Parts: sequence; C-alpha cells; structure tokens
Amino acid sequence: MNNYMRLEIPAKSTNEAFARMAVGAFVSQTDPTIEELSDIKTAVSEGVTNAIIHGYENMSGVVSIVCRIDEDMLEIVITDFGVGIENIEKAREPLYTSKPDEERSGMGFTVMETFMDDLLVESKLSEGTKITMRKRLKSR
Amino acid sequence: MKIRLEYASGTLIAKIKGEIDHHTSNELRTVLDKEIMEKSIKNLVLDFDKVTFMDSSGIGVIVGRYKKIDALGGQLMIIRAKGQVDKVLKLSGIKKILKCREEVSINE
Repeated sequence: MNNYMRLEIPAKSTNEAFARMAVGAFVSQTDPTIEELSDIKTAVSEGVTNAIIHGYENMSGVVSIVCRIDEDMLEIVITDFGVGIENIEKAREPLYTSKPDEERSGMGFTVMETFMDDLLVESKLSEGTKITMRKRLKSR
Repeated sequence: MKIRLEYASGTLIAKIKGEIDHHTSNELRTVLDKEIMEKSIKNLVLDFDKVTFMDSSGIGVIVGRYKKIDALGGQLMIIRAKGQVDKVLKLSGIKKILKCREEVSINE
C-alpha cells in the first residue's frame, strides 16, 4: 500500500488527542495490531506535545503532521516553526527536561525512540524542529 | 478525562477514566493537589482501570504527586494499569519506586 496524509493544526493542547486519533485512524487501514497502533499514537502524542510546549512555549503556532505508508513502512514527520532546540543530544537524554518547574518527565524523546523503530530530530534555533519517526508494521 | 474521588481512612482513591495527556494532566494535577492540601490525605491510590491512554505528561504528574505524598510520609499506589498505560509506566521506571498492583483491598 502507498498512501499519505497531511494534517495542519494550531498548537493547542486540545489538538493532542485529535492528532493521535487522526494518525491512528490513518494507520488503521494497514490493519495494525492493537499494540502497534497504541505505540504509534503514544509517539505522536509525545511529538505534538513537544511542539506545543517546547516549540511554541504554549504560544500560538502551527504544527504539521505528515504520515506516509510505503508497503510495510510507516513514516511520521511532525514539524513546528517555533524556537528550535539548542542542544538536540541533551534534549534526547532520558529524564532531561528544559522545563523542570513544570513537572515534565523528560521522557518524550525516549518514548518516541522506544515505541517507534527510529527517530531523527532536526532543529534550528528560531526556525523550528522537525522530527521524523519510522516504524515497520509487522502485522502486514 | 473524568476523575472520581473516594476516601477510605486517610487514603484518597482517585478513579480516573479516559485519556491522560498534556492537556488533561493539568486538570488531574489540580484536582489531586486540592484534595491533598485540603483534606488530611496520607496515602493516594490512583486507579487506572478505566484509563485508556497515557503519555509521558502523565508520568510527570505521577512523579510530582509521589514527591508530595512521600514528603507527607504517605504512600502512592497505582492499581489496575494495563496495556499501553502499563507500557509507559514500565518505560518510565516509576514502577520501581511505586507500589503497583493489579487489584487492591483497602482494608488489608
């Protein structure tokens, strides 16, 4: 199967649930297992939350989500045009958070890495952040 | 997300229903902190039986409440987490410091 979808949403926390459900609905056409589907929805939730909290620091902005299915490979790209990440390596460390006062767990990237097969983080200060996640769907 | 609160001898049992993410975790934090502050709560039980989704924002709330309850000399327990929710809990390492059970009898 070859298919894609593109979604653009304002950076509002109410859209976190919408984004993961929309991606879940799109991926459902590949007949994934329940675990694959929940892994994907969790990773999307983390990516979109990062864009809202960190990319836009809870200010207004647009989050773009592009999903591609190419045979058994799923690719999800989440992009924001916010502040960018100063030190990607540090941001990816488990338990590291740039916002320790806000009870963030610092687990976002770790969850994305664990629940997907691979994770690429590209970022430029004052331009934004693009994360690309891939997962091979075993059920197909 | 909906939260139902029950009390049993110094223990607050919060029965949570629905999805815990960044958006809903703010409400969860506010509700739990209000109860911990206003009522003399010692222990907190989070009943996740009807939680259908949780991401790392939920972990942030649990760790924050754990610190509060621990400082008050009480215990925080998570019960009936399953599927995706249990997977996120395991990944976070929080299960090593908290009591997590399938079921709980309050009188034990």
